[in-house]
Amino acid sequence: MHISRSIEILVGFFVAMGFVAMFFLSMEVSNLGGLNGDEGYEVTASFENIGSLKVRAPVSIAGVKIGRVTAINFDSESFEALVTMQIESKYDQLPSDSSASILTAGLLGEQYIGLEAGGEDELLQQGSMLELTQSALVLEQIIGQFLFSSDSEDE
Amino acid sequence: MVGYLQGLGARSLGMFERLGRGAVFFINILLCIPSVLVRPRLLVAQLHSVGVLSFSLIVVAGLFVGMVLALQGFYTLSDFGAEGMLGVMVAASLVRELGPVVAALLFAGRAGSALTAEIGLMKATEQLSGMEMMAVDPVARIMAPRFLAGLLSMPILATLFSAVGILGGYFIGVGLLGIDEGGYWSQMQAKIDFNQDIMNGLIKSIVFGWVVTWIAVFEGYDAIPTSEGVSRATTRTVVHSAFAVLLLDFILTALMFGDI
Repeated sequence: MHISRSIEILVGFFVAMGFVAMFFLSMEVSNLGGLNGDEGYEVTASFENIGSLKVRAPVSIAGVKIGRVTAINFDSESFEALVTMQIESKYDQLPSDSSASILTAGLLGEQYIGLEAGGEDELLQQGSMLELTQSALVLEQIIGQFLFSSDSEDE
Repeated sequence: MVGYLQGLGARSLGMFERLGRGAVFFINILLCIPSVLVRPRLLVAQLHSVGVLSFSLIVVAGLFVGMVLALQGFYTLSDFGAEGMLGVMVAASLVRELGPVVAALLFAGRAGSALTAEIGLMKATEQLSGMEMMAVDPVARIMAPRFLAGLLSMPILATLFSAVGILGGYFIGVGLLGIDEGGYWSQMQAKIDFNQDIMNGLIKSIVFGWVVTWIAVFEGYDAIPTSEGVSRATTRTVVHSAFAVLLLDFILTALMFGDI
């Protein structure tokens, strides 16, 4: 069976288009393009309650995204959540006494970690631990507290 | 009453018989695949008729599906002030579901029916018996290259469908409806996970490619060698492929995304 050259070229073009589309999907559409390898440094922070914080949630300072949450573990000694976050290496000028709090984007949005710069001269580096943390606001607890306090006022 | 029960039994027996023949046929094809790899020219010719000729259909369909998704998604999302999520919605629905499923349904209609008709007609005109007379195995020479071509084409077509659909959603969302361009892409990149979404979509498309081509080639091989038999086999290919794709899609979705 003889196959003309143009058919082979068309098939080659077809397969190449498949690779282009796959490249587009992985680089432009998914998170693969955003990951720049294992660059950056990791810091940890322990929170009393992380609410619904998820792995891969953004870490931001002054509203600028500087990293991602890479792992969430439970510390069975202190009974607190241990959050590991990766911060891009170009943001390596953060004071070591910066504080971390879990915030919510909008009223119903996803939760992220907001850092607030401290005043120390020493800088955050690989393996640092953020001492000052603020837990997530859990709506049920706030409502519970509100009901409780309004009850006690009535009496 | 007895006649009815007899008919029912005969039908179910016939169904299992066909299923068994299909499975044996599939194993035969698998055994013949090495002989195709020795002669890649057969495969290239089939990649052309199965894949390249479906290319334009898939691209146009993907473009319009993406555009419709953007229009409809915008209508609902704007109620919640969440137009920025349009990119995520379009990309997630295309990559996870619509890309593999719609591409497979179109593939069954475009390439699957052609495969069945071609092989069925070969059988009706006794070309397959002729090959056997010349000691050429028709499964190795005719079925296996077609099966392999379908298996390879389907992931490419589904990926193209999703990619073009996302671009179509971009044209409508950013161009026509005035959504922020940066938001469309960045929200998408933040939410679509490579392993979770893109890879699972790819696995789905490979499974669909397998089931559609298997049904198409088997129906052709198993067709009653008359013009009516070939026409029935072609219809069955499209109907059974569509059912199989939708059923497998439910099972795969439940396995892949059921625990999210």
